Amino acid sequence: MFFKRNLGAKIALLPMIIISLTVFVGCIIYSFVYSLTNSKLIPVFNYVGFDQYERLFKTRKWDVAVENIFIYGIVFTIGCLVIGFLLAVLIDQKIRAESLFRTIFLYPYAMSFVVTGLVWKWVLNPTFGIEHSMHLWGFTWFELDWLVNRDLAIYAVCIAAVWQGAGFVMVLMLAGLRGIDEDIWKSLSIEGIPKWKSYIFVILPMIRPMVITSLVLIAAGVVKVYDLILALTSGGPGYSTTTPAMYVMENFFSRANLGQAFAASIIMFISVVCILAPWAYYEFYFRNREAKV
Amino acid sequence: MKKFISILFYLTLPLSFISVSKAGGHMEAEVIHWWTSGGEQAAITKFAEAWEDMGNTWIDTAITGGENARGTTVNRIIGGNPPTAAQFNISKQFVDLVEQGQLQSLEEVASAEGWRDFIYPKALIETCEFEGEFYCVPVNIHSSQWMWINKEVFAKAGVPEPNTIQEFINVAPAIQDAGFIPLALGGQPWQESLMFDVVLSSTLGRDYSRQVYGDKDVSAFRDGRYELALQTFRDLNKFVDEGAPGRLWNDATAMVVEGKAAVQIMGDWARGEFAVAGKVAKEDYNCVIPGEEKYVGLGGDVFVFPKSSDPKVKEVQLKMASMMVNPTVQAKFNNAKGSLPMRLDVDTAAADACMKMGLELIKNPDALLKDSDDYNSPAFVNAWDDVLTEFRNDSGYSVADAMDDLENVLTSGL
Repeated sequence: MFFKRNLGAKIALLPMIIISLTVFVGCIIYSFVYSLTNSKLIPVFNYVGFDQYERLFKTRKWDVAVENIFIYGIVFTIGCLVIGFLLAVLIDQKIRAESLFRTIFLYPYAMSFVVTGLVWKWVLNPTFGIEHSMHLWGFTWFELDWLVNRDLAIYAVCIAAVWQGAGFVMVLMLAGLRGIDEDIWKSLSIEGIPKWKSYIFVILPMIRPMVITSLVLIAAGVVKVYDLILALTSGGPGYSTTTPAMYVMENFFSRANLGQAFAASIIMFISVVCILAPWAYYEFYFRNREAKV
Repeated sequence: MKKFISILFYLTLPLSFISVSKAGGHMEAEVIHWWTSGGEQAAITKFAEAWEDMGNTWIDTAITGGENARGTTVNRIIGGNPPTAAQFNISKQFVDLVEQGQLQSLEEVASAEGWRDFIYPKALIETCEFEGEFYCVPVNIHSSQWMWINKEVFAKAGVPEPNTIQEFINVAPAIQDAGFIPLALGGQPWQESLMFDVVLSSTLGRDYSRQVYGDKDVSAFRDGRYELALQTFRDLNKFVDEGAPGRLWNDATAMVVEGKAAVQIMGDWARGEFAVAGKVAKEDYNCVIPGEEKYVGLGGDVFVFPKSSDPKVKEVQLKMASMMVNPTVQAKFNNAKGSLPMRLDVDTAAADACMKMGLELIKNPDALLKDSDDYNSPAFVNAWDDVLTEFRNDSGYSVADAMDDLENVLTSGL
């Protein structure tokens, strides 16, 4: 009975299911098994228990990396959503040369993270970027040393990332705003509700699907952030802007420390699952039940 | 009948190719390396030319960045499609490959040609020898214990050129007052740790370096001298400009070449940047190995030859290994690279004043210094560098904390 329902669709999905199981699940199991070994340059099964995990949690660099991904995740997601939404609202005011502004704001998204990283590296470099120009113009009190200040460098990374991602969110939100019926605006103005209130309490809930889509796309970008930081700071100054993904890559390649890299990637995997599981449970289980009721 | 003959002809055609290829002795070799900058490319071309002069084909697989190139090599070995030869550094980077039986032993050609007699310094043999067999070919020697000095900047600041790190620290404020950056540094972990190692070896000497990095002697590490070196390292920080983080080594060298900065502490490969800018050694710039006693480290490159099931590949590999140590090829290669050859009977007439200093020093076995990566795994060296780079960049990271973290690495068994 179970197999017969939608049989065609199930057959069509079979290759994908097989690939997912063998490649994804298989690789996860492989990584976990070898994270229990002391493999160096090549995977060797030499069981050492949870030593690699113990070492991982004792490493100061890993703590910094985890802290960074949280800072980056929060600032980048909120920054993109807020700025993207504001830009969309501003463009929605039937302004002149709308398509020009839309292009300007979306343009950064067309660039690779490496280009974004290099551009901001030059802009924020105190010896020849904005700070240097300001000094040449006589504003010697001006300081913009975020990129070389180890406490602020991660925020410099966030600025570059938001600069790139906000335009994309704007386009998605704008599409949502354009889908709002004129009549709703008319009734809102008849009720005499101020415009900012209408946007926040009426329009925003109406474009919820757009917000969710943006959120998912941005969040996916958070976990895989690697190239931007590599181009912008290479994890420096010191290792103050390193991320878990960089930690894993380093141990895979330059450090020839596969066991440690596997352990770190398993921890990354577990944390992503921990964050996603409640949400997935809610989306797929509760909402299905709601729909049935 | 005619048809039958033509069929026969086509059937035997492949056989004729086989016999031809056997008779010709033509060999094809793919080489993975990371020599992509101008001078480096000129150097690897000398190998390729020598190989092709022998009537063989050289397939060049240049990959930017040592880490990437080494990663590719390892991946291809594991994937079962190894290159004929691949570059590594003189270090412990490829020990795992030897232990897992992935590399071709070169013992046949090494003992036949007497490599053990002519390879110099002998420490290079230790790098390549495992259980009495040769597994790599050292091709050049680079040392990192150099201080590059712009003479004009010192003249303008009116201070004498330093011979030790301490002398530099004494004159640096005067250079700063004269409007120059005293110390050009690229704030990448490997550059910072290179600078620290120069501080360590030039102030505390070779034996101490061996006790800490080689013997991992915790009591020597804790006897107060290492703290001193860390403190000196921190003192140098005052003389570095704030744009240092993330700067490439050659950009830092350019600051000295252009006269913006007075000094850079960097390996002998920096010489190439001065040469390209048309500067003359000892006239426009000076090269000094800081310290009362001068040491040179044994950095450099080796080639390894991954094992293959095909016996013909082994033949190619042995032939290439023999070509790389050939004195004529060595002379051409090292003159192009600006590095020191791995044998003494090589013509180094083209060497400049700085290179000659290195050549003289290397002849004295007591001046040879082993770096941390000659003793330790890349994982150990990098974990150590992590602490050093964080120590340089975070002024709140105390010497005592850094010592504790370093001791953790020292005893970690990495």
